[in-house]
Amino acid sequence: AAAGFCPCRALLARRGGALRALCGSVRGLAAGPETHFGFETVTEAERREKIYQVFESVAKKYDVMNDSMTLGIHRVWKDILVHKMNPSPGTLLLDVAGGTGDIAFRFINYVRSVRDRQLQRKLKHHQNLSWREISESYQEEKLKSLGDSQVVVCDINKEMLKVGKQKAQCLGYSEGLSWVLGNAEELPFDDDKFDVYTIAFGIRNVTRIDLALQEAYRVLKPGGRFLCLEFSHVSNPLLSRLYDLYSFQVIPVLGEVIAGDWKSYQYLVESIRRFPPQEELKAMIEDAGFFKVDYQNLNSGIVAIHSGFKL
Amino acid sequence: GRACLSHAEARARDGRSGEEEEEEEEGCYRLYPGHIPTTPLQKALLAAGAAVMALYDPYRHDLVAVLGETTSCLALPNLRDKMKHHPEGYRILQERPRIRLSTLNMARLKELPDGTLGREYVRFLEDNKVSPDTRMPTKFVDDEELAYVIQRYREIHDLMHTLLGMPTNMLGEVVVKWFEAIQTGLPMCVLGAVFGPVRLSARKLQVLATELLPWAIRSGRNASCILNVYYEQRWEQPVESLREEIGIFPPP
Repeated sequence: AAAGFCPCRALLARRGGALRALCGSVRGLAAGPETHFGFETVTEAERREKIYQVFESVAKKYDVMNDSMTLGIHRVWKDILVHKMNPSPGTLLLDVAGGTGDIAFRFINYVRSVRDRQLQRKLKHHQNLSWREISESYQEEKLKSLGDSQVVVCDINKEMLKVGKQKAQCLGYSEGLSWVLGNAEELPFDDDKFDVYTIAFGIRNVTRIDLALQEAYRVLKPGGRFLCLEFSHVSNPLLSRLYDLYSFQVIPVLGEVIAGDWKSYQYLVESIRRFPPQEELKAMIEDAGFFKVDYQNLNSGIVAIHSGFKL
Repeated sequence: GRACLSHAEARARDGRSGEEEEEEEEGCYRLYPGHIPTTPLQKALLAAGAAVMALYDPYRHDLVAVLGETTSCLALPNLRDKMKHHPEGYRILQERPRIRLSTLNMARLKELPDGTLGREYVRFLEDNKVSPDTRMPTKFVDDEELAYVIQRYREIHDLMHTLLGMPTNMLGEVVVKWFEAIQTGLPMCVLGAVFGPVRLSARKLQVLATELLPWAIRSGRNASCILNVYYEQRWEQPVESLREEIGIFPPP
């Protein structure tokens, strides 16, 4: 029945298309430039509102859905991102669109383990310490288990931050972690502040990517690194077909069954298709002023990590 | 489904998005508010997923509705035809009445004498603390008339409870499901009827098997189609008389 309706619909669309286009452009003039929400055409203001609502409604089931949709592989992708970052103790990280804290927690774990190894090596060299000196070094270790590293998690959505804070409490992360409500297109931070800027699966939802990239450049210190983990384009035709099949047939069903929300996950898969491919994103990052911009495909391009430096 | 999908994707890639309708999804027109067009594969996955999840988490009533919608593609046209060939049913299909708190005049129904359909229905709603507004709107039925038929079936469920005199506990629900399964043939009702008793205690199972089920089955078989009764025009009719008219035997 649905297939039967399509030709009629197409006819109607063509007839009314001119009028609708006119109305659309008039609305556009009034309400702002046109952009996309998945496969729909909306104004920028509408898009921001819709995306806010999507994440407000998925926040509580965000992690469960990530695990189901990617069969847990998203954890590996995020691990690879933090390994690529290779932060040393004392690094100041800004994780934008970091909502539920996945990157922040991995960063803390990584830095802690690096610090532990440093301390172990230090202790090995001092095998002839007295008991008092050893206990003092333990004290010092407890006070500075992160070695002055800090991560600021910034997200535009209150619900996602709420979930992230709850997770931090549950998992016992408190030191070196801050949560800030903010917009990637207009960050509430000073210039030249951070050593590393990450945005994992968030830049796709930003309405003006160019502004977000400019802000990233602004808040990074000279020598700072920009890292972006995002769904990208699969060039292998067979894999691309399978990926499309899985994305469009299975993911919205998972959304309905697990989160009771088909439409948010329909938006998710559509927004992935709408996002610029690897080379285009690389060009955009270079336009923002970054140098040595490069990307690494994971899983044949299902996901890509883009990296750039502010010099 | 699939054809519409690649059409939409091609359009997206061409970037002629300015010509697209704001409301269009997957290139297929939404047939009614809340409609989500789905391919047969998606329906199959939904049905399987909803079945598993609803068993795992019994509070997911929305998934019970989803399961009903995705499995009823054969039974719904039959129901719709039964309605079309009956004068009252045909009127219902034309006028599309909805049972919601906003369309019902609760105060007036309460004032009706005891024993009338309206009074007993309101009593049922209050005693069991349920409301007609908690029914899920249809999403996955790809025909606008059939979507109404299944919506109507959901909305008269509480009236079934009233007519059969069954409360909303597990036992009562199972009995109503058996009655509905025989009346409508909807796979969801059959599933509920078959698997519902699994959660009942032995004593209740006995009552079910010896008294309630035989009565429900006989009534279900004897009664005319419950969807063919324009309940909103019969609030003043005594429940007993309506039972006789439809062919439901008096409850034990």
